[in-house]
Amino acid sequence: METLFTDVLCIGAGLAGERVAIEAASAGFDAICLSIVPARRSHSSAAQGGMQAALGHCAMGADDGPDVHFQDTVKGSDWGADQEVVRLFVDRAPEAVREMAFWGIPWNRVVPGSSIYFKGGKEYEKVEATEKEGFITARDFGGTAKWRTCYTSDGTGHTLLYTMDNKVVELGVTVHDRVEAIALIHDGETCTGAVARCLKTGKLRAYLAKATLIATGGYGKIYRETTNAVINDGGGAIIALDTEVVPLGNPEAIQFHPTGIVPTNILVTEGCRGDGGTLLDVNENRFMPEYEPEKEELASRDVVSRWMTHHIRQGLGVKSPYGDHLWLDIRHLGEHHIKTKLREVEEICNNFLGVDPITQLIPVRPAQHYTMAGVRTNKDGAAYGLKGLFSAGEAACWDMHGLNRLGGNSLAETVVAGRIVGEKIVEFLQGYEVQYNTGVIRNTVTKQEERIKSLISGKNGNERVYEIRNLMQDELMERVGIFRNGTDLQQAVDNLQEIYARAQKVGLRSNGIGVNPELTLALKIQGMVKLALCTAYGALQRTESRGCHAREDYEARNDRDWWNRTLATWKEGDDLPTLNYEPATETVELPPAERGYGVCKIISCDGEVIGEE
Amino acid sequence: MSRRLKLNIFRYNPQDPHSVPRTDTFDLEETESMTLFIALTQLREEKDSSLQFDFCCRAGICGACAMMINGRPGLACHTLTKDLPDEITLMPLPIFKLIGDLSVDTGTWFRAMYEKVESWVHTDKEFDPKADEERMDNAVAEEIYELERCIECGCCIAACGTANMREDFVGAVTMSRLARFMMDPRDERTEKEYFEVIGTDEGIFGCMGLLGCEDVCPKHLPLQDQLGILRRKMGWSAVKQLFRRS
Repeated sequence: METLFTDVLCIGAGLAGERVAIEAASAGFDAICLSIVPARRSHSSAAQGGMQAALGHCAMGADDGPDVHFQDTVKGSDWGADQEVVRLFVDRAPEAVREMAFWGIPWNRVVPGSSIYFKGGKEYEKVEATEKEGFITARDFGGTAKWRTCYTSDGTGHTLLYTMDNKVVELGVTVHDRVEAIALIHDGETCTGAVARCLKTGKLRAYLAKATLIATGGYGKIYRETTNAVINDGGGAIIALDTEVVPLGNPEAIQFHPTGIVPTNILVTEGCRGDGGTLLDVNENRFMPEYEPEKEELASRDVVSRWMTHHIRQGLGVKSPYGDHLWLDIRHLGEHHIKTKLREVEEICNNFLGVDPITQLIPVRPAQHYTMAGVRTNKDGAAYGLKGLFSAGEAACWDMHGLNRLGGNSLAETVVAGRIVGEKIVEFLQGYEVQYNTGVIRNTVTKQEERIKSLISGKNGNERVYEIRNLMQDELMERVGIFRNGTDLQQAVDNLQEIYARAQKVGLRSNGIGVNPELTLALKIQGMVKLALCTAYGALQRTESRGCHAREDYEARNDRDWWNRTLATWKEGDDLPTLNYEPATETVELPPAERGYGVCKIISCDGEVIGEE
Repeated sequence: MSRRLKLNIFRYNPQDPHSVPRTDTFDLEETESMTLFIALTQLREEKDSSLQFDFCCRAGICGACAMMINGRPGLACHTLTKDLPDEITLMPLPIFKLIGDLSVDTGTWFRAMYEKVESWVHTDKEFDPKADEERMDNAVAEEIYELERCIECGCCIAACGTANMREDFVGAVTMSRLARFMMDPRDERTEKEYFEVIGTDEGIFGCMGLLGCEDVCPKHLPLQDQLGILRRKMGWSAVKQLFRRS
């Protein structure tokens, strides 16, 4: 079998993985990135709206700074975030945006003079300062006090990823595309690389590395209705969980984005609302001002998604063969704005819906979008449980998002965390030597070879992998969605345990030769159901409502009992994760308080009940 | 009334010694708003789980799913079956190396392209983390973005008459990439340096002007304009160099 050696193995070549590789390569270390698709097709490329960084150049961002960004992010997280990490992040975000500009991003720039903008369907005027001409500008996004989201039209993730990958090529970093890591190589204490399957030939390969990074993004595909790409099925989280020692942080923290289009769940950016778009119901009435008089359509995503679901439950959704939905209205922004600032949205609506957003309404409803959950790391990006293992980006729970991420903070996290974790890996590698244990490597490879053989021969059974996946997705969709309650969650856990038992009996229908797509999924299905169980079980145990986790039977945010982070590990042979908890944050710069949007019901740290009717 | 679709799909698994190149035909009931993404996924999950094809974002953003759709290169994810006849023939993109069935290796081809044109900003400046960014006119930023929208799907290469005849022809995507850097004030390369990359028969002078690229680009990039501008610039550059030599 082919065996390759490197200093840093980045599993995942989206923005976070490549940024780490760049940092390592710049310091003279050898880096290899693995990607299951050509690097530039990674899901980072689908991020549309922008990247938050407090530059404060544009008129509506005047007097912005890292402190305001800090407050917005902690409030957005519903105080679930690690505040030391948030501070690290906000302080370095402006530099990250400028570095990306230096590397080639065509950020939209400040145009001096008077211009109109829309808020809540009404026109306002703003005047951009002449002395700021040509600096990087920003747009408005949900849950922010200032216009802070830097952008290139609505293709920000695309330009960031292309520029990042250009830098990777300039530095000569190796990218092995169409390679999927299927197991980490470790002895329970130290991680020394991964076993991977080549998706051009189907052959296994061992990558031995001093430092291994998981940067595989989120895993929205455990849900049926998700904005995520086909590839976001949790490969990195699964191999971490399989180690039995590396925990996932806050597996119950799953974000729903307010504006997935119906029926395909393709995302249309929050920039639509940031730029002044509104949400309408069946009567074409705006309903958000009634629920959120202050923030209206631009409350945080968890809050807007909940109100939309609530409004549909009131019978005010628009009926369709694909279930009820609401409307997103950007018509008033005008043709010029849509054709320059919302180009992807225009294309998506025309291509997939046959809707022209310049003259017509866009059918939308909340869809799964982001996993705040991820491989738990410390502030340096080092994973809990295994030396030599790191994680960054959406794959990680670093944890700057807590129970809800703000729009524009994920692109920013990939680039900022990529740099910080990259620096820490470089520090880690100074003088670090590792011994490769051939027995451990052999065992890991043999175990994977046997799994493949069993799936092909049908030794364990002949359950169909697609059926198991569909059952899992439906279960999460039905019972572990936007609103949750104890009865449904318990049911979900019970059902998922049955599904997990069946997942262990999957056998292939096809011959499994080469790059067989059925085998690719079958190798992951048990892991995916484990992730689903972590989500459902974590949600069942968390008897409070915080950020995206809204319990109908425990409506208050409970800072006395639940100001903490779930840590889920999985022991081999179990059919439930083991849950532990740690404080959400050791550093408290901003003590828990009201967010300023959403339903305010809080049990404070000293047990005082705030906002109870 | 829903239609019965007939899908003729190219099949070959190079990893399987028993596999021979062939066409398999599948019947499928058309559903409302069906795309080729939905159709192919359904075929794989219900009829033949060994069927290889590539989808990623399924939103027309990532460029993974380009294939020959009734003889024309296009993105399968945003192709609606209602815009196609009852019989649909799907083939892998030509020119790129076949991985299996409808899946081709675009990654290797494009990485070689980035290396050839040195697809990054060339500058002698050092990044100063403390300083404000350099200013840029917003109109220039938007002009760069226009070309930066390329998703490297490979359609322009598959549709290119020259690229289909000669393996070393760089194609529209490569030239448009270079044009993107030529208009970027941050890139300090001289016209002569650009000329060395692209002022050849493998580059701009190999283009026969058939403009299949412009017709099939799913992002509607202004490829025709860029090829014209590039040809003019590089033509002048060639003339200047002739005089310099004499």
